[in-house]
Amino acid sequence: MPTSSGRLGRWAHRHARWLFPAPAVLLVAVIIVYPIAYTVWMSLQEWFASSLTAPHFIGLANYRKIALADARFQEAVGRTVYFTIVAVGAETVLGLAMALLFNRQFWGRGLLRTLAILPMVATPTAIGLVFVMMYHPSLGVANYLLSVVGLSPWRWTYSSQTALYALAMVDVWQWTPLIMLIALAGLASLPREPYEAAHLDGASTLRAFWHITLPLLRPALVVAVLFRAIDALKTFDIIFVMTQGGPANASETINILLFNQAFSYFNMGYASSMAVALFAVVMGASLILIKVRRSTTW
Amino acid sequence: MVRGGAGRRRLSTAAFYALAGLFMLPTVFVFYWMITLSLKPQVEATAYPPSFVRFSVTVAGYREVFTKYPFFLYTWNSLVVAAGCTALGLAVGLPAAYSIARWRQQRLAVVILVARIIPGIAYLIPWYIFFRRLRMVDTYGALILTHLIVSLPIIIWVMISFFEDVPAELEDAALIDGCSYLGVFWRIALPLVKPGVVATAILSFVFSWNNFLFSVILAGRSTRTLPIAVYTMISYEEINWGTLAAAATLITLPVLVVALLAQRHIVSGLTFGAVKQ
Repeated sequence: MPTSSGRLGRWAHRHARWLFPAPAVLLVAVIIVYPIAYTVWMSLQEWFASSLTAPHFIGLANYRKIALADARFQEAVGRTVYFTIVAVGAETVLGLAMALLFNRQFWGRGLLRTLAILPMVATPTAIGLVFVMMYHPSLGVANYLLSVVGLSPWRWTYSSQTALYALAMVDVWQWTPLIMLIALAGLASLPREPYEAAHLDGASTLRAFWHITLPLLRPALVVAVLFRAIDALKTFDIIFVMTQGGPANASETINILLFNQAFSYFNMGYASSMAVALFAVVMGASLILIKVRRSTTW
Repeated sequence: MVRGGAGRRRLSTAAFYALAGLFMLPTVFVFYWMITLSLKPQVEATAYPPSFVRFSVTVAGYREVFTKYPFFLYTWNSLVVAAGCTALGLAVGLPAAYSIARWRQQRLAVVILVARIIPGIAYLIPWYIFFRRLRMVDTYGALILTHLIVSLPIIIWVMISFFEDVPAELEDAALIDGCSYLGVFWRIALPLVKPGVVATAILSFVFSWNNFLFSVILAGRSTRTLPIAVYTMISYEEINWGTLAAAATLITLPVLVVALLAQRHIVSGLTFGAVKQ
């Protein structure tokens, strides 16, 4: 048992600050750092995992190809960013509206929190499957509900015009509650004084919201948007399950395209360069959001 | 509560609950639809217009899930992988989180945060190549190790904030009394953060249970987990909606129940401790 008796025990005690994290550092090195280094190295090679020829070094040729020649990849980049902006934008507006609504004492607060958590932890694959059935153009409940309120039916994930939006709606369904809960926590910690001062000055509720609530809430909102943007850019499960990038590539994001390059065509070098590019996109988005958080003006 | 100060007329209670209901309706409806669909006989599951409340109840969908597909095996696989990944993640992650909190090892924390940002697929390509070479595709080991890529960062980051809340005086007093760091960690810090450990264990379990990307490539015939099973059901053109919905329900219900046990900590887990509730 852990006591400081014995030479080994004393040695362990002296070096505790290195020994405690050592297993985690080792594990992180093996399962995270090494594979990433390998992916970067692989992105400089041409190699088909299905063939018997060894990888051969081609420098930055893969990157040149995805940056300049591969129109399909560039479309996928645009689609990934667009999907993220649509989904996270809708989540932010809806989540903030819900937080403002629910920021009061009411009967059923606990129930609200419980309900809000359920979509976030539900298995995305299973949820995607349920939405596939709900989106069915002729038998699905989604079109039935549209017809009830007098709207004409959609083709949801079954049409290249609407597929990306229909997928974004699944993301919105799953993750709006996260933004709401984060915004609610932010609202609960706001100081009272600015509102009293604004009230004395005769400021309207809307002005108070715009000039006091929103700026004060910004750090919390940026955190929420940051986490959502990182994950939305990487969305894989629901797209892969629901449309596989179709119809006619209409929902083919970087992740889907690169998954197929790697595991349908076994084009490992090329897929690796796309993976590095995707990481750059995600990292870029994170840095922009972190900068927004630091800057003082809204 | 705050906005009332701006002298604005409060929403009437009835209007508030109507609005609240409207906002929460989609959340409730999707789960309601999944569960009712799983209980409908085939004719009614695909009936148009669909029936919302009045339908005949059958467990045929559930029976089919277990008779037509090896669903017990899939469930077992999911359990083994999620439990293994969580146990290993806690064993390695808890001391690391303690150390980061106690000795302010920020650099390590940042490396782990970056690991969270990197797209999973960037890990998957090398892991697929390695595991194929080591003949480890379709083993629990491959799945547990790769699921740790997701779980370990969450465990460490959430636990850092719990360990930071342990009063330093308590630990210092024990150290002066001759207790070793291992003793302080084991007998003082760990018991104090027990609720956090339970919450992170649940989070890690849920993330592993839900994982699709790693398992779809690295699981095989004998280690296939539940999300992959559902996916193959769709690709096999399973047309019986009741069966599909039953499968979706069976996968989702356990995580929903488990997650509710940790609901206070879910948001802080999902945001890496950036938001505390």
